[in-house]
Amino acid sequence: MAGINIIKDKCVGCKACMGACPFGAIEIVGKKAVITEKCTLCGACAESCKFDAIDFKRDERESSDLSQYKGIWVFAEQRYGKLKTVSSELLGKTRELSSLLKTQVTSVLFGHNIEFLAHELIAHGADEVLVMDEEWLNDFNDYIYGEAMTALISEYKPEIVLVGATSKGRSLAPYISSSLKTGLTADCTGLSIDEGGLLVQTRPAFGGNLMAEIICPNNRPQMATVRPKVFKPLEPDYKRRGKITRIHKKPIEGFVKLLKNIDNSEGQSLSDAEIIVSVGRGIGSAGNIRLAKELADVLGGALASSRPLVDMGWMPYSRQVGQTGKTVAPKIYIACGISGAIQHLAGLADIDTIIAINQDPDAPIFKVANYGIVADVKEILPVLIEKIKGRL
Amino acid sequence: MMKIIVCIKQVPGTNEVKTDPETNTIIRENVPAIINPFDTYAIEEAVRIKERTGAFIYGISMGIPSAEDMLKEAVSLGIDKGILMTDRKFAGADTLATAYTLSKGIERIGEFDLIICGRQATDGDTAQVGPSLARTLNIAYATDISKIIEIKDNEIHCLKITDDGYEEILIKLPALITVVKEINMPRLPSIKSMKAARKSKIEIVEFDGIKADEKRTGLKGSPTQVRKVFVPLHEVNTTLIEGTLEEKAGKLSEILLNLRMEVE
Ligand SMILES: Cc1cc2nc3c(=O)[nH]c(=O)nc-3n(C[C@H](O)[C@H](O)[C@H](O)COP(=O)(O)OP(=O)(O)OC[C@H]3O[C@@H](n4cnc5c(N)ncnc54)[C@H](O)[C@@H]3O)c2cc1C
Ligand SMILES: Nc1ncnc2c1ncn2[C@@H]1O[C@H](COP(=O)(O)O)[C@@H](O)[C@H]1O
Repeated sequence: MAGINIIKDKCVGCKACMGACPFGAIEIVGKKAVITEKCTLCGACAESCKFDAIDFKRDERESSDLSQYKGIWVFAEQRYGKLKTVSSELLGKTRELSSLLKTQVTSVLFGHNIEFLAHELIAHGADEVLVMDEEWLNDFNDYIYGEAMTALISEYKPEIVLVGATSKGRSLAPYISSSLKTGLTADCTGLSIDEGGLLVQTRPAFGGNLMAEIICPNNRPQMATVRPKVFKPLEPDYKRRGKITRIHKKPIEGFVKLLKNIDNSEGQSLSDAEIIVSVGRGIGSAGNIRLAKELADVLGGALASSRPLVDMGWMPYSRQVGQTGKTVAPKIYIACGISGAIQHLAGLADIDTIIAINQDPDAPIFKVANYGIVADVKEILPVLIEKIKGRL
Repeated sequence: MMKIIVCIKQVPGTNEVKTDPETNTIIRENVPAIINPFDTYAIEEAVRIKERTGAFIYGISMGIPSAEDMLKEAVSLGIDKGILMTDRKFAGADTLATAYTLSKGIERIGEFDLIICGRQATDGDTAQVGPSLARTLNIAYATDISKIIEIKDNEIHCLKITDDGYEEILIKLPALITVVKEINMPRLPSIKSMKAARKSKIEIVEFDGIKADEKRTGLKGSPTQVRKVFVPLHEVNTTLIEGTLEEKAGKLSEILLNLRMEVE
């Protein structure tokens, strides 16, 4: 039976386990560790104990024959016949994983009149593309896509299935994993293969204050959603060869009907921007945001913000960077009056240069910035904009 | 009358985790537990439906015994009946085991029309329990609902937020939705409702009270395992740009223009 126990004779009351517990679930009573009801059985303490005083047992689940599961799958998300960039980012990463596992990368493509995208997927790294091009798959639908994916996975038995952590992917993936009664790790920021061939999924925990490594040892497939912009796509190689397999199945009917798409239309999207000027509460007023907008315009970049500005209604939610907003990966990120809270930093992926302007020399943003300027944003931005204009 | 079930999770009031830089271990102070912020929107939306059309609202939570107080708070916000699923056999559950356990608690309630979950819980941020629960119960679902336009006999008409904008959708009932904060502005409880809530009785459900397979609850029923928790390292060499305001702006403009050339 799974469980955790302190072996009293071995415990010396050193408190190492208290420090290791992410849940504050260990107390020291009479120089011995005591596990309280807050314990979630994560096992972090057992690893930290130098005295082998923590007896931690996970139940070894009876695992069905795992060796029959082979290959890595990437769900290809498309909209209006255009691939989401996260799909090519995932394909790039899986090339690396598949060479470690000595296996193949398969991409699964659903939709209507989208078969041409299969070549795109192969150019980005897929060895094989399973295409279901059907009228009834025209609109993305959790139930229909979920049922179709579940059926394919049960038939082909891949060992890993990856889905982009877009709004659609985050909604679809748990349907599939629950249908298959397997594990699913949300919003991963890192993927690797360990010595035993298991997929190690790294994701932020506690709002990005900690990172956790998650594995799924006894169930297949191992499933994860991965945030856009975390991995880099490969340069597409249109000469790459791959296999395209067309699949036809009986139509499935859903319980959710799409009546209307109402698309945002508000300038350059954050995910495509090479330069982002981002404003925080330090900008002082809604009116001052135009200074940052002007800087973004002269540099040919996009405007973003921290969460408080969105909460105050100064900026639209679609422009929020961070844990509960977008993840961005521009070449240059200019943080204007942003303190650099961990939840904000969680949205900064692979950025070449971070520039921080902040009045407070101790602001945490300076710890992650490549260039730091201690100044009042309201004062420096107009001067900076003039100087740049003067040299363009 | 409609029957609505709101799934409510107790989470730590803050995610601040202090770390000891020398030993690289976590110093976690005793932070108060609160209702998962996203679930307060779920509760409020259920209460608004009740005010419009009449409904009975269950609030269900799986958690530690002290979550009973949190459910009383939910009662003060308008929930009619709180149910707490608590048992050592539920501990260590990942999203699959949580969804399974909640589904068993919900089967115990019997028929219902609508389940409302928060978009995600702030301690794990997975946003997986909602869809997973819907799948386990075999009902329709939609995530990230920002507005309920109309509730009809056997369907609801909603707006859903997506990466690209919004979708207007019709969902067949019974269904599960997860809600985002744009959906409403939760009210504060009145003194009267707080007093009444304190006296309310929360139903406690243990493992023996549901018809569940022990292999599918708690740690045993969780395919995913946390192997390691560590403090992320952010290390960069920061170049401070100094001088008068003019000088700083001048140096920064040079740096920016040079970097921009590399980008292009
Ligand atoms: C669950 C959760 C999720 C969250 N998700 C996100 C998220 O996705 N994105 C996000 O951004 N935040 C998020 N937050 C909020 C986050 O914790 C911070 O509160 C937020 O990022 C702070 O925004 P800020 O830096 O703009 O404001 P503040 O922290 O108030 O910082 C303002 C900064 O501006 C500086 N300043 C003030 N005046 C001037 C001036 N005149 N010139 C120059 N500098 C000046 C100050 O020194 C300060 O450093 C989340 C929080 C929680 C709990
Ligand atoms: N233990 C739980 N008890 C009740 N509801 C839960 C529990 N865990 C998650 N939920 C519900 O599922 C939503 C998403 O949680 P999560 O998938 O953990 O991010 C929450 O907002 C709750 O509505």
